[in-house]
Amino acid sequence: MNTYNEAFRDIPGTTVFDATQSRLGYHLNMFCMSLMKDENRKAFRADESGYLRHFPMTDAQRQAVIDRDYNRMISLGGNIYFLAKIGATDGFSFQNLASKMTGVPEEDYRAMMIAGGRPPKGNRSKTDPAR
Amino acid sequence: MATIVGSVMTSHVPAIGGAIAKGRQADPYWKPFFDGYPPVHSWLGRVKPDVAVVFFQDHGLNFFLDKLPTFAVGAAAEYPNADEGWGIPTLKTVRGQPDLSWHIIEGLVADEFDITSCQEMKIDHALSLPLALLWPGGGEWPVRVVPITINHVQHPLPSPKRCHKLGESVGRAIRSWKSDARVLVMGTGGLSHQLDGERAGFINKSFDMLCMDALVNDPLKLTRYSAMDIVREAGAQGTEVMAWMAARAAMPGPVRKVHSNYHIPISNTAAGLLVLENEETALSKAA
Repeated sequence: MNTYNEAFRDIPGTTVFDATQSRLGYHLNMFCMSLMKDENRKAFRADESGYLRHFPMTDAQRQAVIDRDYNRMISLGGNIYFLAKIGATDGFSFQNLASKMTGVPEEDYRAMMIAGGRPPKGNRSKTDPAR
Repeated sequence: MATIVGSVMTSHVPAIGGAIAKGRQADPYWKPFFDGYPPVHSWLGRVKPDVAVVFFQDHGLNFFLDKLPTFAVGAAAEYPNADEGWGIPTLKTVRGQPDLSWHIIEGLVADEFDITSCQEMKIDHALSLPLALLWPGGGEWPVRVVPITINHVQHPLPSPKRCHKLGESVGRAIRSWKSDARVLVMGTGGLSHQLDGERAGFINKSFDMLCMDALVNDPLKLTRYSAMDIVREAGAQGTEVMAWMAARAAMPGPVRKVHSNYHIPISNTAAGLLVLENEETALSKAA
């Protein structure tokens, strides 16, 4: 019963964090929450694979974390508010993560934002004729 | 009875915390944003609130996916901020106003809102940064707070209509509180932004303008949108505007706009600021 999630599928480039995603990603997000403690950030940085084994995540989720593949983490149930703690542990801003997720260099992403951001035209609906 | 002196709605982008800590308010990137706040400081100096009732979203500091209330009301004597794991500074603890918290909780439950009450609660950047923007002076925060969270992390979110009704109920409770306190109602977050996925960076200025106008002149207009409409129009995280809707609904009767500001971008976000006063408050002050 994925009707809630499916209702959002018309919005391009967007995975709404609903029950489907939350159930998939519970332990991935729990790992992210652990990074709110400095000692845990240090332990993660010292041995990423070893640290991730403490959490009952899937191997695919662990690999996506190690690869810093944020779009993959989102598809596997990660929530951006929690995933951002991985980015911050790496010393990166939200904009850096956004550049990774949108596949453009950070300077280009920053320039797009300064120019007014990603416009609504063509980005509201997959059926938008401007796409 | 307590008086609602007005409402301030403001964005709470985490990067603001870094800019304040590094003293970057006058940098070209930040200046158009921070320049919006001195008129708010002057207005606050005039209306002198004692308490702020703040509608906001917790982003995982106090609530996680293990227990996630749709609406929660803080009823603590104090609310600490803490390390959010986002590399932004931790801000000062805020004092609570538990008498008003419990009065609001009783009012909400009487109005059939099945809320969660919290006698211990951490407040994240969504409450602490707006306080830092409104009262940049240092020292103790000059207001006590009643924090009210609206789930914005995990769908299904409450509808804009429900958030409006929540605000109405909170407003009634404030105005029936036996106290001579002067109460500021705040709504934080927004405006349009999307942090995640291939659509990250999404901004919708015309929808933001529509919201800022409707919040002054026709708040019921926004209750016709669904949460999904807001995701489409304002971005996946643009649903934070529902906290602004709740704050607006807490104000009785017609309002007048005292001040506003709007700037793209702060980080990934269209930053908005709106200060509202009730017309009756403005009139009684003039009389």
